[in-house]
Amino acid sequence: MNNINQNEPVMGEQERTFGAPIMEMKNITMRFGGVVAIQDISFDILKGEVRAIIGPNGAGKSSMLNVINGFYHPQEGEIWFGGEKRARMKPYQIAYQGIARTFQNIALFKGMSTLDNIMTGRFTHMKTGILSQALWKGPAEKEEYENREIVEKVIDFLEIQTIRKTEVGKLPYGLQKRVELGRALAAEPKLLLLDEPMAGMNVEEKEDMSRFILDVNDEFGTTVALIEHDMGVVMDIADRVVVMDYGKKIGDDTPEGILNNQDVIDAYLGVAHD
Amino acid sequence: MKTSEPFDGYFTVPKLLERNAREFSNSPAYREKEYGIWQTWNWKQSEEEITALANGLISMGLEVGDKVAIIGRNRPALYWSFIAAQMVGAIPVPIYNDAVGDEIAYVLEHCGANFAIVGDQEQCDKLHDIKEKLPELTEVIYLDPRGLRKYDHSHLHSYKNVQNVGREVANSQSAVLQKRLATQNQDTICVMLYTSGTTGKPKGVVLTYKNVLSASRAASSFDNLKVTDEILAYLPMAWVGDFIFANGQALWVGFCVNCPESPETMQGDLKEIGPTYFFSPPRIFEEMLTTITIRMEDVGRLKKSTFDYFMRHAKKVGNDILDGKNVQLWDRIKYSVGEFIIYKPLKNSLGLSRVRIGYTAGEAIGPEIFDFYRSLGINLKQLYGQTEAGVFVTLQPDGEVRADTVGIPCPGVELKIGESGEVFYRSDSSFHSYYKNPEGTAETKDKDGWVATGDAGFIEEDSGHLRIIDRAKDVGKMADGSLFAPKFVENKLKFYPNILEAVLFGNGRDNCCAFINIDLNAVGNWAERNNISYSSYQELSGHPDVVKQIQEHIEEVNISLASDEMLSGCQIHRFLILHKELDADDGEMTRTRKVRRRIVEDKYSDLIQGLYSDKTQISTNTEVTYEDGRKGSISADIELRNVTTVNEKVDAA
Repeated sequence: MNNINQNEPVMGEQERTFGAPIMEMKNITMRFGGVVAIQDISFDILKGEVRAIIGPNGAGKSSMLNVINGFYHPQEGEIWFGGEKRARMKPYQIAYQGIARTFQNIALFKGMSTLDNIMTGRFTHMKTGILSQALWKGPAEKEEYENREIVEKVIDFLEIQTIRKTEVGKLPYGLQKRVELGRALAAEPKLLLLDEPMAGMNVEEKEDMSRFILDVNDEFGTTVALIEHDMGVVMDIADRVVVMDYGKKIGDDTPEGILNNQDVIDAYLGVAHD
Repeated sequence: MKTSEPFDGYFTVPKLLERNAREFSNSPAYREKEYGIWQTWNWKQSEEEITALANGLISMGLEVGDKVAIIGRNRPALYWSFIAAQMVGAIPVPIYNDAVGDEIAYVLEHCGANFAIVGDQEQCDKLHDIKEKLPELTEVIYLDPRGLRKYDHSHLHSYKNVQNVGREVANSQSAVLQKRLATQNQDTICVMLYTSGTTGKPKGVVLTYKNVLSASRAASSFDNLKVTDEILAYLPMAWVGDFIFANGQALWVGFCVNCPESPETMQGDLKEIGPTYFFSPPRIFEEMLTTITIRMEDVGRLKKSTFDYFMRHAKKVGNDILDGKNVQLWDRIKYSVGEFIIYKPLKNSLGLSRVRIGYTAGEAIGPEIFDFYRSLGINLKQLYGQTEAGVFVTLQPDGEVRADTVGIPCPGVELKIGESGEVFYRSDSSFHSYYKNPEGTAETKDKDGWVATGDAGFIEEDSGHLRIIDRAKDVGKMADGSLFAPKFVENKLKFYPNILEAVLFGNGRDNCCAFINIDLNAVGNWAERNNISYSSYQELSGHPDVVKQIQEHIEEVNISLASDEMLSGCQIHRFLILHKELDADDGEMTRTRKVRRRIVEDKYSDLIQGLYSDKTQISTNTEVTYEDGRKGSISADIELRNVTTVNEKVDAA
């Protein structure tokens, strides 16, 4: 038995290690008129980790995701991404920086096929102009082939070959969620944002989705930040968890740490009034 | 070429590979749809891939006579594993990839597998769970690395890496490989196939190159297969049929083996490839027909009546046209109109428009289903065979195809009918032995080489065709002495799209009773159209309207049975609809989906007792096994129904 294993990692279940922070939120405050949705929150996301943001309804989780995503611009605070302070940007510019997301209420093109929907996730990687794409000549042709190959790898990865050419609007909810994840993955993001990826799913679909999220993180090394209601799922797949309540950060720890955090317990279970 | 040698000198699979790479170097050998595109390897490229793997296996320490288990869905890389193992002198042992851990453990333990080549993480997990039982299994090679990154890789290797190592050591090792190839002859063991067996533990059927290649040669010349033919390899690799078609015949003839993207996309891939040589158990044909029937229920009235009109016409003359018989000109013209607007589009959407030779085997096919496909102009034929025969015992020649026979003996096969009515055969392709089971071998194969099939049948005097009645051990007598042939009745029932599976009881009793499994697709579609809501298979199967429909079907079958003198005693008196589908994971069926009658009888003895009492309802509790091996149980109240039977004497009068 000789050099068969030279290129293969020999690993058991190891401690997970992460790189430097890919994203840092510093003292973010976000107000809508008189309502303070996010109040002075700071946390970071390390390269390669699965970071969860949890909290009761109305805690400001989705607002937080929209801030990361560049859809909202906080009144106060700084956002650092990839070692640079982020200037005020439009969401598409942020997409070009390598952040992709999915939505709580699926936002796909219902009349288009699975393939075309995922293909739209490649727009940040397309460089040829409208004219050459319309004529489909020269570089545009080559570019489409390259992008299609990546899209097909995503389809293979998510095991949705059967619905490649199916209109997305006709698919069941769980599969639509998977297509949306596919579109985000097709962008080959540095940071993947998932807004309630398990919402409205049954146990089996949740298991599948958890598996995919872990596989994405594992196979592609993609950093994942997700918002989720289902505590069981979060505790199983997240490396670190930020807990929000009424716009404030009340906890930031590993899942085990969070479970023992008195503030979190109070926020979730309520406290007795004396 | 040394023509004095057997098989023109190509008496092993590796020799055939070398010939194909030389003579058909640019013809496509393997195709697989991956990333949405059909990827093709010609024979030259395939030879390179296979040799690289073989060299890799040698450097990992695979020895002559070692066993290599192969588990996974149909993929070129796994077909290459067979040949690579054979080049090294090892014996490939394919295993059903949907088998649960215990079944895999039994086979691996029994054959003493040293290496395993598997498809993906799922198979690795199964092997991991049972590895304590398998001290001889040293190395596992996987194709798809997904999800395996964190596994202990000390004895786990990626297929690509093994090939890469093989390429590195190819030069230094070529003498070893050549030496191993040179020692092989036609009596070297080619493969070991574990039969699913409707009774007892699986048996390892040992086939030599002589067995495999004579079967491949005989059947290929019988149907005049060409290097340009195409097959779709979608049936389990552990099934002898797939082995002979995609390994034996593909190598012998040099035609192309196409592998679907995933089991779920098979229907679409079939349409894209349009195979010219197609084989399938009756079940697939039944499913296709059920799908057509369901979809035709949903179309507009004009389309439906056009379809019905031309299908009636096809039923009338299609078979005769296919057989080249005399058909009136007007009927021919009508048939060509039908071909243009119905038959051709239909065949195309089924993916059967290019089929030159189609076979159904494994179980008897309902005559109505068989005729449906033939009337469309698809040259569907029956063959009769078994693992022990290297598939082929009898085949139907073109122009002599009938639903009720299984054809004439394959070239080189001798047939005889035993005193008890059991069918025996003898040929070069009959198996060498059962592995580690001399008693079993002696029971099945006598010292003159005659192999018992376990099926009862007879040879028709005028046509020379073999007719199979039933499994010899299943055929019985009713209490009044009349014939009991369960399979015959079950097949009649299964022709109804609503009925997926039927099991008939009545051996030694006064009358017959039946278990029915409804077809969730067909019945579910019907429920949807009629606004009937249901939450589970169990609920739907117990719905009064469903029970009523099934009862009507059974009554129709009873009427048709009454007109058959021999089988009128098999009319069904009572039935029930099972609350769960019979499943291979629960051991109720084989992996090739044949009902294990004895096990069903044992497991549901309470229900059978109920059927032979005068109760109208019965409660039961059944254990089920999930795909991942966990167990659970379901309980149900099942309705027992009486069915009207036809009194043959009244009918005759």
